Amino acid sequence: MEPILQVKNLTKNFGGLCAVSNVSMKINPGELIGLIGPNGAGKTTLFNLLTGVYEPSSGLIEFDNDGKKVQLGGLKPYKITAYGIARTFQNIRLFKTMTVLENVKVAMHKNIRYGTLAAIFRLPSYYSEEQWVEEKACELLKEVGLYGKRNEQATNLPYGEQRRLEIARALAIQPKILFLDEPAAGMNPQETAQLTDLIHRIRDKYNLTIILIEHDMSLVMKICERIYVLDYGKLIADGNPEEIRNNEFVIKAYLGEEI
Amino acid sequence: MPKQLLCKENLAWLGSAIVIFVVCSLLMNAGIINSYYQITLYNICINIILAVSLNLVIGICGQFSLGHAGFMCIGAYCAGIVTKMMPNFGGFMIGLLIGFVISAIVALIVSIPTLRLKGDYLAIATLGFAEIIRIVVQNMEITNGAAGLSGIPRLTTWPLLLAGVVISLIVVCNFTRSAPGRACLSIREDEIASEAMGINTTRYKVIAFVIGAILASMAGALFACNFYVINPTQFTFNRSIDILVMVVFGGMGSMTSSVIAAAAIGVLNMILQNFSDIRMIIYGLALVIIMIFKPSGLLGTREFSFKKLLNRRKEK
Repeated sequence: MEPILQVKNLTKNFGGLCAVSNVSMKINPGELIGLIGPNGAGKTTLFNLLTGVYEPSSGLIEFDNDGKKVQLGGLKPYKITAYGIARTFQNIRLFKTMTVLENVKVAMHKNIRYGTLAAIFRLPSYYSEEQWVEEKACELLKEVGLYGKRNEQATNLPYGEQRRLEIARALAIQPKILFLDEPAAGMNPQETAQLTDLIHRIRDKYNLTIILIEHDMSLVMKICERIYVLDYGKLIADGNPEEIRNNEFVIKAYLGEEI
Repeated sequence: MPKQLLCKENLAWLGSAIVIFVVCSLLMNAGIINSYYQITLYNICINIILAVSLNLVIGICGQFSLGHAGFMCIGAYCAGIVTKMMPNFGGFMIGLLIGFVISAIVALIVSIPTLRLKGDYLAIATLGFAEIIRIVVQNMEITNGAAGLSGIPRLTTWPLLLAGVVISLIVVCNFTRSAPGRACLSIREDEIASEAMGINTTRYKVIAFVIGAILASMAGALFACNFYVINPTQFTFNRSIDILVMVVFGGMGSMTSSVIAAAAIGVLNMILQNFSDIRMIIYGLALVIIMIFKPSGLLGTREFSFKKLLNRRKEK
C-alpha cells in the first residue's frame, strides 16, 4: 500500500537548536498513529512542520493526493489544509468570541462556493450555500455532542467541550489526515474515555488517518496502532504499543539511564 | 430575487429607513431642522459612513488602520474635480466611480505589503501611506495644490446622503454575515488558527481593507459636494483619529455602535461649538472615562437586530 504521508529526513533548526533532526516517517491510509516523547522532544514542532506553520530547514514531506505526489514542505498552512490536512492545537485556539456554530462554519470555508460579491449583493448562491453550510455544521456538532450549545460563545464552554469543539472544527475541513495535538490534556478519566470513543468513531465514519501527540500513555497504548517516539528531536523508536513498551531506548528516554 | 430578501426583519429595516427619510425631509421643509442643524445632520451621516467602513477594517477584521482619511481624500478630490467640470448628478456619479476605482487600486497597493504587519506596526505603516496620499494631492496640478478646490457644486442632497449611509451599512452587514465575513472575524480572533482552517488570511484582510477604502471614498465624495471647498489640510492624521475615536467610542465590531457614536459625537460637537476652548478637553475626558470603565466601547460587540426584537415579541 502507498503511504498517504511520507516524511523524509525532515530537519528544523532554530538558530543553533536542532528541534527536529533527520526524522523519517511513513504513514499509511487509515492508520491511527501516536507520537510520544518527553517534554521538549520536538513533537509539536514536528506537527507545525507538517501543517505549514514552520518551514523545514531541510527534508521532504510528501503527501499522496489521490495518487498524485505533492510536496508539502514550505507551503502556506491554508494551502496544506486545502489538501485535506486538519489539526487541533495543544493550547486550544478557538475563535473565542464567535459562537460554537460559527467556529465550525469558518472551517468549512474552502468548500463554500460563493464570493464576496455574492455575499454583499445576497445573490441566490449565497442562500443555497449558507443553508447547506448550516445543516452540515449542525450535523458535525451533533457528532461531538455540542449541538445544544451551538449558539453559545466558544469561550464560555467548559474545557473538555472546547477540546471537542476543536475536533469538530477540524472535521469540518473534511480532512484525509487529522493531527491531534494532546487532545486529552487536562481531561479527567471519564472525559478521556469519551474522547477515546470519539476518536475511534470519527476515524471509521470519515475514513481518517489520525496522528496524535499525547502524554496520557493509557490512551496512547489503547488506541494507537503504531507509535513513533521522539527524544531531543530525533526519532528513537517506532513500532506497535507492545514493542514500544519494551523498547530500551524509550525506557531510557523517559526514566533515564540505569546506573 | 431570492424570497429570503423579503423576510420580516429586512422589511422592518426598510420601513425604518423610509421613516427616517420622510421625517427628516418633513422637518427640513418645515424649517424645524434649520440650515445650522442641517450641517450637523449631514456631518453625522458622512461620519457614519466613515465609522462603519473603518469598523469593518478594525472591528471585524482586526487590522488596526490609521489611514482612513487618505481614502476619504481620494474620494473627495475625484468627486470635486469631476463635478467642477460636470456640475450635475451624472458628474457626481462619474466622480464617485472614479473615486471608487482609484481608492480600490491604492488600497490594494497599500495593503499587500502592509497587511503582513501586525498591530502597532500596521498602524504606523497605514498612517504613513495616508500622509503620502495627502502630500501627493498637495503637490499636484489638477488638485490645485495646497489651496485646494473651491466652488465645488453643492450636489449632496439629503436623499443621496441617506442612500449612502444605507448602502454602506448594507454592504458591511451583508459582508460580515457571510463566509468571507466569518473568515475576517476568525482572523481577528486568532490568525494562526484561521490559517490552519484553510483561510487565506492575506486575501481576506485585503478584501476588508479594499471595501473599507471604497466606502471611505464614497464618504469623501459626499463631503466634497457638501462643503464647496476642500483642501489637503482637511484630510490629515487628525481626521483619521476622529474616525478612529468614533469606532472605539462605540465599540469595535458593532455597526450599531458606530452609528450611535457618530451621531453622539456629532451632536456633542454641535452643543460644544460655543465652548471651543474646552471642547477638546471634554472630548478627551469622555474618551478616558469610557476607556477606564468600558474599554470595549459603549455597546461592545452587541448589535441592534429586528430579528431578536420580533422573536422576543413572539415569545411573549
